[in-house]
Amino acid sequence: MKLTYCLSGHPTLPCNVLKFKSTTIMLDCGLDMTSTLNFLPLPLVQSPRLSNLPGWSLKDGNAFLDKTELIDLSTVDVILISNYHCMMALPYITEHTGFTGTVYATEPTVQIGRLLPSPLKDAVEVSTWRRCYTMQEVNSALSKIQLVGYSQKIELFGAVQVTPLSSGYALGSSNWIIQSHYEKVSYVSGSSLLTTHPQPMDQASLKNSDVLVLTGLTQIPTANPDGMVGEFCSNLALTVRNGGNVLVPCYPSGVIYDLLECLYQYIDSAGLSSVPLYFISPVANSSLEFSQIFAEWLCHNKQSKVYLPEPPFPHAELIQTNKLKHYPSIHGDFSNDFRQPCVVFTGHPSLRFGDVVHFMELWGKSSLNTIIFTEPDFSYLEALAPYQPLAMKCIYCPIDTRLNFIQVSKLLKEVQPLHVVCPEQYTQPPPAQSHRMDLMIDCQPPAMSYRRAEVLALPFKRRYEKIEIMPELADSLVPMEIKPGISLATVSAVLHTKDNKHLLQPPPRPAQPTSGKKRKRVSDDVPDCKVLKPLLSGSIPVEQFVQTLEKHGFSDIKVEDTAKGHIVLLQEAETLIQIEEDSTHIICDNDEMLRVRLRDLVLKFLQKF
Amino acid sequence: MPEIRVTPLGAGQDVGRSCILVSIAGKNVMLDCGMHMGFNDDRRFPDFSYITQNGRLTDFLDCVIISHFHLDHCGALPYFSEMVGYDGPIYMTHPTQAICPILLEDYRKIAVDKKGEANFFTSQMIKDCMKKVVAVHLHQTVQVDDELEIKAYYAGHVLGAAMFQIKVGSESVVYTGDYNMTPDRHLGAAWIDKCRPNLLITESTYATTIRDSKRCRERDFLKKVHETVERGGKVLIPVFALGRAQELCILLETFWERMNLKVPIYFSTGLTEKANHYYKLFIPWTNQKIRKTFVQRNMFEFKHIKAFDRAFADNPGPMVSGGIAALNHPPVVFATPGMLHAGQSLQIFRKWAGNEKNMVIMPGYCVQGTVGHKILSGQRKLEMEGRQVLEVKMQVEYMSFSAHADAKGIMQLVGQAEPESVLLVHGEAKKMEFLKQKIEQELRVSCYMPANGETVTLPTSPSIPVGISLGLLKREMAQGLLPEAKKPRLLHGTLIMKDSNFRLVSSEQALKELGLAEHQLRFTCRVHLHDTRKEQEMALRVYSHLKSVLKDHCVQHLPDGSVTVESILIQAAAPSEDPGTKVLLVSWTYQDEELGSFLTSLLKKGRQLTQPPPLPSPSWTEPGLHVSTVGALSEQTLQVPSLGTETMCHVPTQAAVSS
Repeated sequence: MKLTYCLSGHPTLPCNVLKFKSTTIMLDCGLDMTSTLNFLPLPLVQSPRLSNLPGWSLKDGNAFLDKTELIDLSTVDVILISNYHCMMALPYITEHTGFTGTVYATEPTVQIGRLLPSPLKDAVEVSTWRRCYTMQEVNSALSKIQLVGYSQKIELFGAVQVTPLSSGYALGSSNWIIQSHYEKVSYVSGSSLLTTHPQPMDQASLKNSDVLVLTGLTQIPTANPDGMVGEFCSNLALTVRNGGNVLVPCYPSGVIYDLLECLYQYIDSAGLSSVPLYFISPVANSSLEFSQIFAEWLCHNKQSKVYLPEPPFPHAELIQTNKLKHYPSIHGDFSNDFRQPCVVFTGHPSLRFGDVVHFMELWGKSSLNTIIFTEPDFSYLEALAPYQPLAMKCIYCPIDTRLNFIQVSKLLKEVQPLHVVCPEQYTQPPPAQSHRMDLMIDCQPPAMSYRRAEVLALPFKRRYEKIEIMPELADSLVPMEIKPGISLATVSAVLHTKDNKHLLQPPPRPAQPTSGKKRKRVSDDVPDCKVLKPLLSGSIPVEQFVQTLEKHGFSDIKVEDTAKGHIVLLQEAETLIQIEEDSTHIICDNDEMLRVRLRDLVLKFLQKF
Repeated sequence: MPEIRVTPLGAGQDVGRSCILVSIAGKNVMLDCGMHMGFNDDRRFPDFSYITQNGRLTDFLDCVIISHFHLDHCGALPYFSEMVGYDGPIYMTHPTQAICPILLEDYRKIAVDKKGEANFFTSQMIKDCMKKVVAVHLHQTVQVDDELEIKAYYAGHVLGAAMFQIKVGSESVVYTGDYNMTPDRHLGAAWIDKCRPNLLITESTYATTIRDSKRCRERDFLKKVHETVERGGKVLIPVFALGRAQELCILLETFWERMNLKVPIYFSTGLTEKANHYYKLFIPWTNQKIRKTFVQRNMFEFKHIKAFDRAFADNPGPMVSGGIAALNHPPVVFATPGMLHAGQSLQIFRKWAGNEKNMVIMPGYCVQGTVGHKILSGQRKLEMEGRQVLEVKMQVEYMSFSAHADAKGIMQLVGQAEPESVLLVHGEAKKMEFLKQKIEQELRVSCYMPANGETVTLPTSPSIPVGISLGLLKREMAQGLLPEAKKPRLLHGTLIMKDSNFRLVSSEQALKELGLAEHQLRFTCRVHLHDTRKEQEMALRVYSHLKSVLKDHCVQHLPDGSVTVESILIQAAAPSEDPGTKVLLVSWTYQDEELGSFLTSLLKKGRQLTQPPPLPSPSWTEPGLHVSTVGALSEQTLQVPSLGTETMCHVPTQAAVSS
């Protein structure tokens, strides 16, 4: 039985549970953070204007952790993480549900996931936001993760094998294959076919799937990431040339590496090499450092740089030449070094907490300045709402490199899964563009969709299981060719099952009958009817059969024809053998010797199964 | 009989020129392709003509695996692939792929430029050779072809060193390369899971050594360096550019910092600085501590250790006190290569050897024939090129910093992997002998130590994977819930073999799939009894009797008067001629033969039937009851009803018998 339980309504921050061959596997545990937008920004200094705004709540946000009662999370055996955005609910599950299983993720996913901000951990000092995790809980959750590499085969209880594959979206991001010897489920979550910094997506290994679960598609299907990067650069240049500052609200890892790489190539040609780039985040240094040591997880170009040996990302050079400076916060060194006009990368992209709040207050009033949104996770209009009215320019260049619908249909054609399963959002055009029939998944047979808090039965039935035949047993088998190319052998063996692995051993030699004089009870002699005899097939040619009978000393044999066959009469032995196409019936007196002799002669003409 | 064959072309009862051929389930794999540092002639490379005399190597080898970047493991690779000719895949880890070509180029330069050797591989050949390399990640299962897969495990030893599992079906071999079972200052310890290979091929460099604690060795090392410097001597530490060098640099760097020493430490070549870059970029391959702290402080950025200019080597003793002056007088120098067989370390050694104040510390293993090996074995007069004799007056110290597992570590790894047998390579014959005994006695695992060119053949008995239909398996497993220890239950099925697809299904399914009809074989035996009672009454008695005897079986009395035991049918009939004789017709199929024939004998043995206690009817005890056979065939028709299926499959379908 294979069912998926859908615990998240957000298609890019999924949380599904798959039951497969008696294992319970959670696929990602994303946390929907869009409700952050319901809160007021957390400014550096209490701002009377902000705290008096109507319509925004200062109340707690326990809606985050509203996991349904659909399934007892303590029964989950393993959690598979596909990328660092999809693990924010991990501390909740590992620390509060009685979960005792293992979490699997790649090393970059864990290291960068550790750095990513979450209102749940970064806003702990603020009494108005509900504090969900303590730092200890986060660390404890991370310590339960077992690190894995791409194409590593991980056995679960001997029954199921899971394998992470490169998904091309972020450093260490993975798709997962969950398979047994006869069934294969692919879990595709947050994949990209664009060549940015991560290792390209491994598509070939997804082939021959019975079911492909597809989540984490692009949130901005109409925007082309390349075009957006171009727009980002030109708007940035325009603002800076006019003496304005550029604010880029972003996560401390991910697309920022690509943006910095673009600027590295762009600023010299645009004559902006003197404009300082500031990257302000408590984890700015770590993020930049970590990006340089995961060469094995990067695309080929970056990998080969390490062989020279040079750092894979050019931001190392930007730092060396003092063009890019990074600070843990706006306090301390930054205030001394701060020069305008400049470009500031800082978080959080929701504009509700982090140093970005300070820059909004500082730069919002001047029309010279520009804020450029690049992260696709939050609606920029809602993010800006509490800051209105704003004089600064707003540019929306969402860069989402995840699969769009054209790429999906290309991928599905390439991979050809038997069934596709996806969130219901992907089976219809987006609500705002209901006429765009191209903005949905189109495949044959139609994708099966699921929605939050729903349980879906997956459409395949298991028919076979792997079993090993011991060499001694294999040697004793006598194959016979039934049809050209097809051979059969009857197998009688002892089944051993251990750790979900099955093994067939040769049957034990019959024990020597004990020659003890002790009288046995009648019931001791009752044969074990569980010793199965083979089935028989074939038919008996009467003439040859009679010849054989004669050869074996039977005489006075009479053959009568019947409607369906023949009757062979052995008059002397008072025995009758009725032979038809598919049956033989031996009727005789209670003479075991005779019966066994006749049986063996009949069996000579039949095949055993 | 399937077998695994192993032939070392190098490193068989020897250190150097590692190259081991493995044949497993029809696949041929070459493990490492090294050079021998003790030879300068043909013997420095493995004899690849062993693989094939005339064909191309690509046709004979499925893949080549390089365990790490040391030249005694990869030094012959360009010769092998470009000059002998091999175009198949070469597998190694990312750091090995990064560093290997640099060491090869270094090796080539020394051989060609310094020694003027002709017919050596060229720079272009190194590049072409590296194009055939496929990089692997740790623990990644690499599918070489449909059947052959390889997997790398962390080996410590040097940056990027890996052990490899080579697997075909259920047969596997693990090759350790060089490994270290204790973490050091820059690398972690080797680790492998309980993968239970048929064969573990392990290095055995330190087969007889049990090393004391690392801390003691480190303290000794620092003390010796410090004392020599204090008394105005120079210290030469011959190392290979990558590996021990970084460990010792970290060690000296921290010591210098702690002691606030000002004397400079130098590194002999430009290569080394570059080498440190590799360590910085491959941080995930280093030990836990460095990985954790690298953001705050990258351990491979040294403050006290600087690049070295060759001219310094000529300067006399150090002037420790003078700050800048000291720069001109290097007291501690790391120089390559590590075995003093060529290059800068040998040059410096020749210049400093005459002064007894100086010291050379050999931190690693030296291969026979090298200057390093000679001075370590006590030789003090060395014959150099051109019949020149060099007298060694400087102190010679040996400190085992080689990151090889010692005897304890090797035993530990064998214990971790749980192989069926062990094969020793990369060690000296005498020491191997000792370890072989130890492994055979303590771990009860057979152990081999072939010499170069000698083949070890291990028979294997791989089990055969087939697909079993879930219905058949579940039926068996459900019955397995009631285990009967005395009588092992048999699973019966039919194996269908079509091409290479093997499936085990129930016999019924096999018949159905092949479009064959089942042939029913049925027996009906007449048991004659002298009895005057009516048939129905007789049947009832038979029923009660069987019910009491056959407690474990399903005995039923059907409405039509017949009795069934499981699927065996018993009917009572009266032959017309003799009212005093009754016939019991017992009918069963071939599949129920045992029980059927048992029942007839049970019914025949009237005496046994008569025995108390469970018999309800006294009439059975009458001595007049006996069994005989009657001549004439009955005219009756025996209807054999079809019975419920339950879990058993061998159920007779309806059969009509006219008699």
